[in-house]
Amino acid sequence: MNDLSDKESLGELIQYIVIRLGEEQFGIDIRYVDNIVRMQQITRVPKVQHYIKGVINIRGDIVPVMSLRLIMEMNEDELTGKTRIIIVKMSGGSLVGFIVDQVAHVLTLDSNNVENVRRGDDRRHGEFLSGVGKYEGGLVSILDLNTLELESLEGRDREREKQLIAVNE
Amino acid sequence: MDVGQYLGVFLDESKEHLQGLNDNIMALEQDPADENCINEIFRAAHSLKGMAGTMGFKRMQELTHHMEDVFSDVRAGQLKVNGDMIDQLFKCLDALEGYVTLISDTQDEGTDEHQDIIDALNAIRTGKAAGDAAPAAQADAPEEAASADAGKSEESGPAWKSIKPDKSARESIEEAKNEGKNIFGATVNIQESCILKAARAFLVFKGLEEIGEVAFSDPSTQDIEDEKFDLSFSMIIVTEESKEKVEEIINHVSEIESVDCGPYDLSLAGSEGDGDAAAPKAEEKPATAEVAAPAAAAAPAAEAQAKNEKGAEKSGKKPAGKPAIARTVRVDIDKLDVLMNLVSELIIAKNSLISAATSEKSDGGSVNEQIEYLESVTTNLHESVMKVRMVPIDSVTQKFPRMIRDLNRSLGKPMELTMTGEDTEMDRTVVDEIGDPLMHLLRNSADHGIEPPAERVAAGKPETGQIFLHAYQDGNNVVIEVGDDGKGIDVEAVKRKGIERGIITPEQGEAMSEKAIIGLLFNAGFSTAKVVSEISGRGVGLDVVKSKVESLNGEVDVRTKLGEGSTWIIRLPVTMAIIQALMVKVGGETYAIPLDSIQIIEDVSPSEIKLVQNKEVINLRGSVTPLIRLSKSLEVESTQPEDANMVVVIVKKGEQQAGLVIDEMIGQLEIVIKPLGKLSNKCKFISGATILGDGEIALILDTNALV
Repeated sequence: MNDLSDKESLGELIQYIVIRLGEEQFGIDIRYVDNIVRMQQITRVPKVQHYIKGVINIRGDIVPVMSLRLIMEMNEDELTGKTRIIIVKMSGGSLVGFIVDQVAHVLTLDSNNVENVRRGDDRRHGEFLSGVGKYEGGLVSILDLNTLELESLEGRDREREKQLIAVNE
Repeated sequence: MDVGQYLGVFLDESKEHLQGLNDNIMALEQDPADENCINEIFRAAHSLKGMAGTMGFKRMQELTHHMEDVFSDVRAGQLKVNGDMIDQLFKCLDALEGYVTLISDTQDEGTDEHQDIIDALNAIRTGKAAGDAAPAAQADAPEEAASADAGKSEESGPAWKSIKPDKSARESIEEAKNEGKNIFGATVNIQESCILKAARAFLVFKGLEEIGEVAFSDPSTQDIEDEKFDLSFSMIIVTEESKEKVEEIINHVSEIESVDCGPYDLSLAGSEGDGDAAAPKAEEKPATAEVAAPAAAAAPAAEAQAKNEKGAEKSGKKPAGKPAIARTVRVDIDKLDVLMNLVSELIIAKNSLISAATSEKSDGGSVNEQIEYLESVTTNLHESVMKVRMVPIDSVTQKFPRMIRDLNRSLGKPMELTMTGEDTEMDRTVVDEIGDPLMHLLRNSADHGIEPPAERVAAGKPETGQIFLHAYQDGNNVVIEVGDDGKGIDVEAVKRKGIERGIITPEQGEAMSEKAIIGLLFNAGFSTAKVVSEISGRGVGLDVVKSKVESLNGEVDVRTKLGEGSTWIIRLPVTMAIIQALMVKVGGETYAIPLDSIQIIEDVSPSEIKLVQNKEVINLRGSVTPLIRLSKSLEVESTQPEDANMVVVIVKKGEQQAGLVIDEMIGQLEIVIKPLGKLSNKCKFISGATILGDGEIALILDTNALV
């Protein structure tokens, strides 16, 4: 049982960076976060998926930047003073930036307080989540970075296309 | 000992030695009596063995040792070089190369002992008596008797009495005797618990060399160095000192169990005649004795060896976590000196700039002056760093003569390889990558290009096929031409095949130019060879060559004439990291176009545009040049009004050319190419990116993909 008041729970403590997209909160495992930078001029790359916004220069490296909102099929980003780009180290060590509305805070969660999300969960954005964490402030959806890899996003796109064609026929 | 840090050096040097061995054995095949060559081979084999031993690669050491033995016999004139032996030696080199590759991949030499090759090498050595001496049967008998003799006397008396020195040792002993020096034989027994037997033996030798000379030893000094002896070894000492002194010196070395020493009489060693024949046999004897060593004596030795192996395993395992071996470039010290100088100048320039900027009345003039200075320093610095990265292509081409020789034998076609321009320099990354494509083209020439000898003679060509590789620098490019004087490409056959494979339709085939049809060869899964052979024609080939060369920003072209041969032309940029580019604006965005693909920049009025097959073209001094509107390709809105004159950058791709319509020109800039990482294959027009002075990114256009 996930008893929140149980201070003796023996799970692993993991820190998450909590970001906001509109009204929703998402957590990213802090171990994979390389850097958080302010919104800056993004160089557009032609002929790529709409959610790839372009590339930016991070300490001399060219880093692709994607819109987390567009990946999750929300509205286009509205740039404000709070907009940030979270630079995440993906598997294989390459860097990818995600545009988010706001970086809220850092949250430490006991792994016992994170409920795993199964594949095919019909929860909103379920396909991008590895779990849902509970804390005093409410619920936070933990992002599964593997599903945000370019390759898996492309795989998803192809699936969609197939389905669309099937529906049209 | 943790030897991981030396692994890079070891691999580099091993490759160098193996290459040297390859070259020299090839030379030896041509001239089996070349003594310099034999010595060179022996030295290389010896260093290789030593290095492998130091690094704890026992199997590699063992194999090299057997190879070295063969050379040692050749050098001593006991063995004649022949074709079979050369083949075995090449096999052995291939096996050694296998070890080196495995080590560089996994930091471990693997478990393959290549016993077959070792046996073959031994067979070459033992076969020497039969093949060499005329009365083979006769020579055999006394040899056996001698070895049986040696075995017996070992049991009955001190081993040194049965030493059979070779001819040169015999001569020097004779000479020393005439000079009135004392000649002693000695057998040294080492304690069973001793771990570093070779080191103890070495100390014995070293001590004795201070008072005289060790004329001969059994086992040979080489075997003793390699710890190829049981617990005792014997030798003949020539000295002016007394027997007691000799004994004292030997006993002075620790872990020596006992020493048996006495005056040595040469005449006891048997008559000159069979002594000579017996010598090599006696040398070999301890090796076999070692194998059959009594279990008790072998136990500690085996234990020690096991310890060694464990140690080797440990040192092998430690770096296994990060199997990537640092890639190295050997740098001429002069080049480094130049770099050092430039860096000091850079610091001076920086300091002058600081002082110019902080001086109270900076008039701007001196700052500009310093910036100019800084610019010249950085340009020179760039050039020098590039030079450091440049290596001659011979590091890949030197493997080819051996390859053609092997193909010669396996295909049964006499062929000759001519290479020029192996000293042409290219960036290390390019040189590393270009080996495989070149090898493929050469194999292609050997397999498909050159006809069988009979066919050649019938066509009035010399029987021996000519294959060539010419490399030369052409401006900012390096051109490598690979070709043959074989049958050339049969365009009709290629067309038929293309239709057969469904790559083109028959109608398309009719309409295609000869050049376009030859271009089909670069299609994946295209192989015109009737029989798929081991050498080439597995269907993966030319398409791989093409994609590899293109990934290096180069291009492949082919010139062919039926019946006269074909030439493949690879054109590569000298360096990849920094290029000169034309910076342009399209739809408000900045792009870089590599300067070496640009032919000319034209100002074109919209009225000059004609439509051909619904495509925009211009007539550029007589040649019809298609226009590509970059704003469309890049999906942006052009900032220029429709009716204004257009700036058109004329680029070339091979022999084609096209005009890229841009909005405005910014100017020429030296840019550092950065990879686009995961995005690089998402947009094929973009070959990379660069960071501009203000930190912004500009994308680099791949004109080859656009045209």
